Amino acid sequence: MSGPSTYVPKSAFGKWFESRLPIVGLIHSSFVVFPNPRNLNYLWTFGGILAFMLVAQIVTGVVLAMHYTPHASMAFASVESIMRDVNYGWMIRYLHANGASMFFIAVYVHMFRGFYFGSYKAPREILWILGVIIFLLMMATAFMGYVLPWGQMSFWGATVITNLFSAIPVVGETIVTYLWGGYSVDNPTLNRFFSLHYLLPFMIAGVVVLHIWALHVPGSNNPAGIEKKTEKDTLPFHPYFTVKDAFALSCFLMVYVWFAFYIPNFLGHADNYIEANAAVTPAHIVPEWYFLPFYAILRAVPDKLLGVLAMFGSIAILVFLPWLDTSRVRSGRYRPVFQVFFWLFAINAVLLGWLGAKPPEGGYVLASRICTAYYFAYFIIVLPLLGLFETPKALPASIADSVLGKSGSANAMPQGAAHEPSNKA
Amino acid sequence: MTTVATTHAAASAEPTRRDFLYIATSAAGAVGLAGAIWPFISQMGPDAATIAAGAPVDFDLSPVAEGQIVKLFWRGKLIFVRHRTKDEIKSAQDTDLTSLRDPQADADRVKAGKDQWLIVYGNCTHLGCVPLGNEGAFHGWQCPCHGSVFDTSGRIRQGPAPTNLPVPPYAFTSDTAIRIG
Repeated sequence: MSGPSTYVPKSAFGKWFESRLPIVGLIHSSFVVFPNPRNLNYLWTFGGILAFMLVAQIVTGVVLAMHYTPHASMAFASVESIMRDVNYGWMIRYLHANGASMFFIAVYVHMFRGFYFGSYKAPREILWILGVIIFLLMMATAFMGYVLPWGQMSFWGATVITNLFSAIPVVGETIVTYLWGGYSVDNPTLNRFFSLHYLLPFMIAGVVVLHIWALHVPGSNNPAGIEKKTEKDTLPFHPYFTVKDAFALSCFLMVYVWFAFYIPNFLGHADNYIEANAAVTPAHIVPEWYFLPFYAILRAVPDKLLGVLAMFGSIAILVFLPWLDTSRVRSGRYRPVFQVFFWLFAINAVLLGWLGAKPPEGGYVLASRICTAYYFAYFIIVLPLLGLFETPKALPASIADSVLGKSGSANAMPQGAAHEPSNKA
Repeated sequence: MTTVATTHAAASAEPTRRDFLYIATSAAGAVGLAGAIWPFISQMGPDAATIAAGAPVDFDLSPVAEGQIVKLFWRGKLIFVRHRTKDEIKSAQDTDLTSLRDPQADADRVKAGKDQWLIVYGNCTHLGCVPLGNEGAFHGWQCPCHGSVFDTSGRIRQGPAPTNLPVPPYAFTSDTAIRIG
């Protein structure tokens, strides 16, 4: 993925194999000697964490599919049998359900790191757009996975989300009928959701390969937001970043398994332990936490079609982010005014999430509208104008300079080179 | 890490603290990985419902006429219950054991005093097909898949199957009833 490999096989078999399928050389050049900026902080470990989470979800998911029955009259009972009868079924299901939440926590950190350090800017626009596609696929996968247990939240979540498409003029109702495979959410809906829930993760894996490929052309962005110029700016992927990624992953896993083992239902809804009932909607229906900000945007608009457009638009707008941000300076570190608006945006996003969980009435609606307005204004007004009016701070001459201080001697890196630069945003 | 450790080790042949950390970390990681993999293997085994469904089954022999073969299931496995005729019992008992591939006396395959009841698993010991009753040169069973021939005691006589049809665990609960399992 990163040009001709310098890998030289040692054994005769290795040479024979490499000349026919140079895959070991590909791995070697991509994940062993690949030169990373030496100043990457822990926010850059989330890419590896996300790769792990995708694998974890696929492994636990394939196992769950061995015991699950995708039928409207048997799905709920089969999930209960996984919880009670299957050896370690409870553990594997809790790992899968909480794994989805952990996946989204990691992806949001990953995205906000990109927002702050300008990782979407040239020459990484395609890399960024591939990331948005992965995010969309993740949301579709998570939504359909949540339907499979066929509890009350599953059923009514499926009903509400598929009904979003009924907002489309003229053909909306027909589209919804085709999504359902009937005139309501029922067994055909469950069957196709199961099929697609199994398919989409492998599509994500495919786009992840493209994402990493696109990443390895220019290499990672970094907290200084300037390109690596000489070897002094870089460190080899192994051992420096493999060990750092492994350590970060271990810490992340501790949080993950703590959720799975100690508070496995904290992020879920009790209503989903009631079997789906087409005649009764739960009193308080909200999506999973990771959809709440978008749900708040949907409800903030008092028009069915416009609400749906605003919700999808809030994600679609990310595709255009590389061109909406007009500043030539990548890293938020050197953009004092941007920092203010960025943190407002981050707080705003959390606030939208909180509002999404509140009933759609009174002050909550007004607050949702203000937050929705800022969400879009950040992309459409703030970022385009900031690039024109903001005076950025002086950039360091090189990555090595930013790590070692301005006076940075030209000497090769000391032992402390791998240390974390104090660059908390 | 390896590269660094090698550099240190090159200075002195003694293992360094870094070597120790490297090995200790890898060992802890390997143990953790094995622990994480185990549940994913364990889940492949029979679950609690399947084990519960494998409880012993009772079977009433009284409706089974002489010469009849009845099929039933225990733990999802097919079992033949054969009410043997006098001729079938005799031919099973008179067989020369030295001529058998898997030598076993007929008396060892039935309960004492219950010579007329042969109870064996109903899947061929070759590759698991169900042999047809009262077929083959020995009038026991013949397998339609690969031609294994069993006698009236369920013993392998011709063809590729390596062993006799096994006898499941069972006991007579009365003169005309058995419990399998």
